[in-house]
Amino acid sequence: MSTQAVRLFRKLDGLFAVYKPQGVHWKLVRDTIESNLLKELNSCPPPPRLAVQFQLLSSGENSSSTDLTLSPSMVPSLADHPQVTGPQFRKVHVGIGHRLDAFSSGVLVLGLGKTNGLLERLCKSHVTRDYTLEGEFGKATDNFCHTGRVVERTTYDHVTQDKLERVLAMIQGANQKALIMYSQVDLQTQEAYELALKGLLYPHGKSPPVLTGLRCIHFKPPHFTLEVQCVNETQKYLRKLIHEVGLELRTTAVCSGVRRARDGPFKVENALTRQQWTTDNITQAIAQFRSTTRKIRKSGIYRQTAAISNTSIQEHKIKGHDDAQNFSGGTMVDRVSPETRDEERT
Amino acid sequence: MHLCQRCVFVFRCGRMSPALQQSARILHQRSHDIRSTAALLQPSHNPLPVHDLSQKYNIETWRPCGMHLRALSSSVQNNSSDLTQKKDEKHCVAYDSSDLHQESLSDIHNIGLDAVVRPSPFQEICEEEAVRIQVPSSLPPVSFTLRPYVDKSETLNKLVQLGVDLWKLEQRPNVGSMLVKLDFHADVAPRLLFLKDLGVEESKLGSLLTKNPFILTESLENLETRVAYLRSKKFSAQSVAAMVSKAPYLLNFSVERLDNRLGFFQQQLGLSFEKTQNLVSRLPKLLCGSLEPVKENLKVCELEFGFRENEIRHIVTTVPKVLLANKRKLSQIFDFVHNTMGIPHSLIAKFPQVLNAKFLRIRERHLFLEYLSRAQYQPSHPSYISLDRLVFLPDDIFCSDVALASLEDFEQFQKTL
Repeated sequence: MSTQAVRLFRKLDGLFAVYKPQGVHWKLVRDTIESNLLKELNSCPPPPRLAVQFQLLSSGENSSSTDLTLSPSMVPSLADHPQVTGPQFRKVHVGIGHRLDAFSSGVLVLGLGKTNGLLERLCKSHVTRDYTLEGEFGKATDNFCHTGRVVERTTYDHVTQDKLERVLAMIQGANQKALIMYSQVDLQTQEAYELALKGLLYPHGKSPPVLTGLRCIHFKPPHFTLEVQCVNETQKYLRKLIHEVGLELRTTAVCSGVRRARDGPFKVENALTRQQWTTDNITQAIAQFRSTTRKIRKSGIYRQTAAISNTSIQEHKIKGHDDAQNFSGGTMVDRVSPETRDEERT
Repeated sequence: MHLCQRCVFVFRCGRMSPALQQSARILHQRSHDIRSTAALLQPSHNPLPVHDLSQKYNIETWRPCGMHLRALSSSVQNNSSDLTQKKDEKHCVAYDSSDLHQESLSDIHNIGLDAVVRPSPFQEICEEEAVRIQVPSSLPPVSFTLRPYVDKSETLNKLVQLGVDLWKLEQRPNVGSMLVKLDFHADVAPRLLFLKDLGVEESKLGSLLTKNPFILTESLENLETRVAYLRSKKFSAQSVAAMVSKAPYLLNFSVERLDNRLGFFQQQLGLSFEKTQNLVSRLPKLLCGSLEPVKENLKVCELEFGFRENEIRHIVTTVPKVLLANKRKLSQIFDFVHNTMGIPHSLIAKFPQVLNAKFLRIRERHLFLEYLSRAQYQPSHPSYISLDRLVFLPDDIFCSDVALASLEDFEQFQKTL
């Protein structure tokens, strides 16, 4: 029997993105969304079953006597009353993609219903994520955040943008090497060269966090902002990165904000803010991301262009277009293991 | 007509043919079930039916399957006629296990102990006899929910009509069996009438009972004493009714406890009698819970925040919820409002509603105003924004009136935080 609530429940199936505010645990976000959906689903309870009851009713207009006789009638059974059975829906499966810790804010991918299974695939796949890190020179804390206990204070007058760029380039170089190593590709081959050119190298299997892109977008001492594209990271690693940047510059730095601007194909523009965590908005967002979800489902390993070199980062603004092209192209390059490649050469 | 297959065969009351002895034996075993169900449904002051039921089964004059029919024939409206028609065995409309045993007594006299004559299942009988067939109760003796009992029990029926959420109550331990064992006319009705006399609205009775079902087991003298105590403390009738509906557990507490609490609030806060009255009638939960969190909150306000005595008094009388708020959240809000927004103590004391608001809301709105360089909280400044307007207004009015921007801009800004 398909009531309105059941039809709505069947529609709640897909992936969507949500903007997690800072200071809120991701579980609270997930629970809030689940309770909002349940409230909407339970607002119209199903009609109760009818049971036969023999009631004493007057025999009708035929008999003149005031005899009360038994007559059957269909009466709604109280056992199906919503106050006795409780709400029809007690749980909605809301799954979560890459987690964000309480200090960070940004795009958080959630999945509803059967599409939760896809989330795992998305997590395992090598989609890159886009972060905006805000740092502050001059102090060091125990947990790399500006709210932590201050451990050290230093001067930062000697820091210039030039020095910062140099440090970032060095970090990026190290990460490039790590990327090549973990992608298990022999760089002497032609295919590997073409992959590297197109920027389709990504780490294979388990790997530590690898930054595929890093640049400074704002510098005003003591505050500075970095933009990072990375794979396999945790937010703590990113805060540690800020700390290490400070150390390389012979000063100290703390992180005052981590903001995820993009998680794979899910961008900030389409993420839902706190006021929009209602069923209507969520169903609209699911419809919006339907094509993306289908592509994730179809492709074996979901891929994302990783902007490697500094020059290509400047095309960051049109990255969105690149992504769109990538989706439509759906290029699948065969990954050849090093042994077979050697055999081919010999 | 809902009759199980076995019921269809056995029509005759009391006269069973030998062929039906086997079915009677099977139903004989069900006697144990029936006995315990009867015990469940009857209030404890009426043990007689239990014994009678077992006697009846031993003699094998058991009339099976008649109770089905009888149960279904009961209606919610006719339950009031139960007690008056106990003796009338021919009138098998109302369902009550007490009816069962009353009928059996008269029948036992009619049939001798040795004469067990069972009718053939194919024997035609008249309507009146068919109607007198007793069906055993299908109620399970033990159940995880109240669903099997709600159609049959008058108490549960009336509670559902009042608006009580039985599904919430049955999850609490022992509350479900307590409700099933209550007798409507003896226990529930007098207390409901008492609450109605007190002035509690009928629409609120449902939620009151959902939160506090134990008001139905509290003795009426205690309830009346406590209400009399509150009236003696110059609480008006309407305020007492409002307090009871806001804090359902209020009347379950003893007079000493209520007295203790009222005294504490008067002494600690240094409030006058009328102000304490006002405070307690607005937030009667203060009288129910423990005093330790309240004491801690007061200490936090005094020592950590640095408010003066008169400021604390003003805050508490304007927003009593501060006394019961979470310490950590309160500190977080105060820290942001005082240190980041730069608002002095006097202004916060003037608008204590800001301490009651959600932290995220205050933070987002303040940062938005700062981004638009409209964050002016000093009353002397021309484009001054008062704290209560910052916090109370809904989003769209806030954006249009206070921030002078569109809602989309606010959403875009939220995504940059």
